[in-house]
Amino acid sequence: MNLRHFSVLLLVVVVLIPWAGLGKYPLHLMVMAALWGYIYTSWAIMGRLGMVSFGHGAFLGVGAYSVVLCWNLWGLSPWIGALIGVVATVVLAVIIGYPCFRFKIVGHYFALVTLALSEVVRLVIVALREQTGGSLGITPKSALGGGESYSLMALQFDSKLVWFYIMLAFWLMALWVWHQVDRSMTRLALQAISDEEDAAASVGIPVNRSKLQVTVLSAVMTCIGGVLYAQYQLYISPETVSGISISLQMVFGAIAGGMFILLGPTFGAVFLLILSEGLRILVGNDIHGVDQLIYGLLLVLFIIFMPEGILGGLLKRLKAQPAQSGQQSLAQRS
Amino acid sequence: MDSIFDIFLLEAVLNGVLLGGLLALLSLGLNLIFGVIDVVWICYAELVMIGMYGIWWLHTQQGLPLPLAMVISISMVAACGVLLHQYVVSPVLSAEPINQLLVTGGVLFFLQAFATVLFGVEFRNVGFRMPSLNLGDMSFSGARLVAFGVAVAAIGGMWWFLRNTYLGTAIRAISQDRGVMPLMGVNARQIYTLTSALGGGFAGLAACLLVLQYDVHPAIGLTFGPLTFLICVLGGLGNLIGGLVAAFVFAQFISVGGFFLQLEWGYVIAFVFFIAVMFWKPEGLLSKRR
Amino acid sequence: MLELRSVNAGYGSFQALFDVSLEVKAGEAVAVIGPNGAGKTTLLRAMTRLIDLRSGQLSMESKDFTQAPAHEVVSLGIAHVPEGRRLFPRLTVEDNLRMGAFLPGARAEFSSRLEKVYSLFPRMAERRYQLAGTMSGGEQQMCAIGRALMSGPRLLLLDEPSAGLAPVVVQSIFDLVRQLRTEGYTVLIVEQNIQQVLQVVDRAYLLETGRIRSSGDAKALLGSEAIRRAYLGLV
Repeated sequence: MNLRHFSVLLLVVVVLIPWAGLGKYPLHLMVMAALWGYIYTSWAIMGRLGMVSFGHGAFLGVGAYSVVLCWNLWGLSPWIGALIGVVATVVLAVIIGYPCFRFKIVGHYFALVTLALSEVVRLVIVALREQTGGSLGITPKSALGGGESYSLMALQFDSKLVWFYIMLAFWLMALWVWHQVDRSMTRLALQAISDEEDAAASVGIPVNRSKLQVTVLSAVMTCIGGVLYAQYQLYISPETVSGISISLQMVFGAIAGGMFILLGPTFGAVFLLILSEGLRILVGNDIHGVDQLIYGLLLVLFIIFMPEGILGGLLKRLKAQPAQSGQQSLAQRS
Repeated sequence: MDSIFDIFLLEAVLNGVLLGGLLALLSLGLNLIFGVIDVVWICYAELVMIGMYGIWWLHTQQGLPLPLAMVISISMVAACGVLLHQYVVSPVLSAEPINQLLVTGGVLFFLQAFATVLFGVEFRNVGFRMPSLNLGDMSFSGARLVAFGVAVAAIGGMWWFLRNTYLGTAIRAISQDRGVMPLMGVNARQIYTLTSALGGGFAGLAACLLVLQYDVHPAIGLTFGPLTFLICVLGGLGNLIGGLVAAFVFAQFISVGGFFLQLEWGYVIAFVFFIAVMFWKPEGLLSKRR
Repeated sequence: MLELRSVNAGYGSFQALFDVSLEVKAGEAVAVIGPNGAGKTTLLRAMTRLIDLRSGQLSMESKDFTQAPAHEVVSLGIAHVPEGRRLFPRLTVEDNLRMGAFLPGARAEFSSRLEKVYSLFPRMAERRYQLAGTMSGGEQQMCAIGRALMSGPRLLLLDEPSAGLAPVVVQSIFDLVRQLRTEGYTVLIVEQNIQQVLQVVDRAYLLETGRIRSSGDAKALLGSEAIRRAYLGLV
């Protein structure tokens, strides 16, 4: 049985597992795994091509707050709210992306500019506290008053099972998008660009346009992730969906799993979830923050010793066995 | 009645100047590290936070007099800076810059969690009260004035050190040509260690000044961290003077913006200003590098 | 004074020096000549411990320093003026010279040595507060040599001091070398400019593709058939 068959089998198992009678909480974990897998993958679509953004919290936050505010303040269905969020995200992504790419703002500077963006979004959310509830957060008004278990119009579902399949669907879509970006000319172009921009431009590759396309794509996908998050969790706050914290978390999640590999970010999401849950079980709920402690420590160790991430490191070792060359390059890197 | 001269606007401007001094001090440490070692310590604000907790703990929990607590804390954070460089940054110095950002980002999470585990999420206050200075209708917090004075003195001291001592000159030199340093008998690694200690020391000093005015809690770094990065980038990363200018400019936006609108809008305006400047002059307002 | 014995060195998997032995006696001026890519700069870098040796020995005044860290070499009395001058461009001339006196022993002598350097190079005195990067190539070379002198060395290593300079300036550089000799400095010069350097030194080594091909009296080499044909284009 080759890798292909194995993956399909694994997928089938994942799809069917909830029917095996999982409790509410484990199911919740699976929903979260799929959701964050989706979000981290969305980030990495852009991140792996040399555009490391520290500001995806901006897009997540815009998505989350658009749907909740439109619903709570004006009774607009989250379908419309999401559309508004997407439009706003596209505008933001272009406003930041176009000048950045045009003026060759890269590396450190790009990371810090995008960080500024996510902080702007967070601060605006907090400043508009009349409407958004400020730092206290906000909850979408329930549309499931009369004993209904779901409302399609309000995008609210009681059943975690339903949410699981929704998240799973989006996650699969993200993988498909990744694959499509890879296959298209854009991918080769972007690889060339991230390696040697001027050379790429001289061969006629539309550098800025390609970069912008991928940026907008990544941003919109993240925005939708915010929509899903808001509608599922039914509580959002500026710090959890926007700002530097969540932005860094996205970067780390993707990198911990391995941002150059298709399933890397997903792996990172699962890993982080297992880590925080495992620590919660071990240490108990009394001591806040121990999971973050280990998390931070692991991140540091990863970047130093395994910059390709867990999955990346594993794959590298598997491939390296015949020639020992993988080991050598790993050693040379550090 | 509606004269152009509004005393409270003046107060906001002057408070902005006072704030600028503090932000300038913060930017100095960060710029020093970047200018010399070429790394951004994303966890810089968290180092300040640790310093603030150190002071709080030593003074309120251990009963040490405040000045002593401060001195010990500054030394502790300086030592943290050295450890950070030695064990976290050095291993990735030859890797891509983004790895350096990320590795210090990991330390950011670590320090926040560390503080949470040790001290919990409650806001802690050192309990130090200073009288305000009243000029007419304007009122200025004593703590703010002291912070400004100390910040200016520290910046001046650093200036003198960089210009007039051998070590200071070596620090300026190493960022221009590292490879040639051994030819003059300079151990580059020692200079890096010294610089990290200075960077940490400045964070510790900033902690002393902040703890007089604000409560400390584990997430406090998020309130002025991003701000500090942006100030440095605005002035040109690594450019000490640029950072100072940018600090005062930013502080004005925050203070005056906050005067006309709510406090957060002042920050929003400052950040939007930053993004705008990035597109006008990506290397920073006064940048001399890259 | 300076002795290299069977030095093998290189970069990574690439070996640049093969079994190189040479010596410089006190008071001498010695040149290492050879074509581009011969390994001349590598030789100097190996000498001042900027790169590690694969094998061989380095000793200065009978003291072995093969394993010494790079930043200790100058305290042995060896000052290296690197290829391309390598001044600190955004420091003033005086700050560059100050860096030359970084060693604790040199700091004590800073003022007197500074005066000495300024009297040797009056143009530097004029430009003492000018940013080093804004000076001309010849002036930078003077400043670089001055910086090396600030450490109070006994042996001066010059790596291609005439490279990239106008002919008139080149002449003044070699005149300077003569003057340094009368001041009592021992000098080792690495140069591509064979014609001029051989008139200034006592002895020379010919380095080709990492090996010492020949050595001897400078005048003799200048007259030798091999050199004349290969490097001076004379038949």
